[in-house]
Amino acid sequence: MPSPIPVLQQGSVLIASVQAVLDDEDWVRLRGQLADRVASGRASGVIVDVSSVDVLDSFATRMLRAIAEISRLRGATTVIAGIAPEVAFAMVQLGLTLDGISTVLDLDAALAVLNRRTAGGDAG
Amino acid sequence: MATDRDIVAAREIGKAVARELGFDGVDLVVIATAISEVARNIISYAVHGEVEVAELRNGHRRGIEMVARDRGPGIADVERAMQDGYSTGGGLGLGLPGSRRLVDEFSIESSTGGGGTTVTMRKWLG
Repeated sequence: MPSPIPVLQQGSVLIASVQAVLDDEDWVRLRGQLADRVASGRASGVIVDVSSVDVLDSFATRMLRAIAEISRLRGATTVIAGIAPEVAFAMVQLGLTLDGISTVLDLDAALAVLNRRTAGGDAG
Repeated sequence: MATDRDIVAAREIGKAVARELGFDGVDLVVIATAISEVARNIISYAVHGEVEVAELRNGHRRGIEMVARDRGPGIADVERAMQDGYSTGGGLGLGLPGSRRLVDEFSIESSTGGGGTTVTMRKWLG
């Protein structure tokens, strides 16, 4: 089954914009898809844009953490962009964290973070 | 509910009902997230079950009641299952204790003798 999330590559950065409502299987598929693309595209950065996502529950958060960790092990930095304020509130109440993962307000900020890392050498 | 796709369906329905009852903004997300967690508990541990969403009235107060019910194996140690980070299913162990933090009232009944598990959550307007 095709993934509902298109993954675009811009230079060495992969961009996944989550537009649809994802179920658990879709999240697992996105994780696999990004892991493959990080390897095959020699990506140094991964952006997951969740600005259209209305619920980030414990499973989705676990998948975001997995995406970040798999990418990190492959030498790529992950940035999560656009967590809505209401979603952030619910995540905190639930007890979910994205410790150690860069989170920014939008796609532009995510690209800026990754460009800075590339330009200045990744100290992290 | 029988597949993980149904988790999404349950929370979408819950959100729609909550919106009709007058909930908005962060409350809608909180309600949808709480439903998502208890619904996933059904799929992960009991495989089959149901989520029921209904209007609550208490005098002038209005709210929403969400009941997740299954006939699964039940939770042997409910007190432990309500602690952050405890999971027998490979998850983060935040589903039940986290959901309790998202709502105003939370109760859980579980029997390992075939009675299954029922989680009842209530959130009031205002």
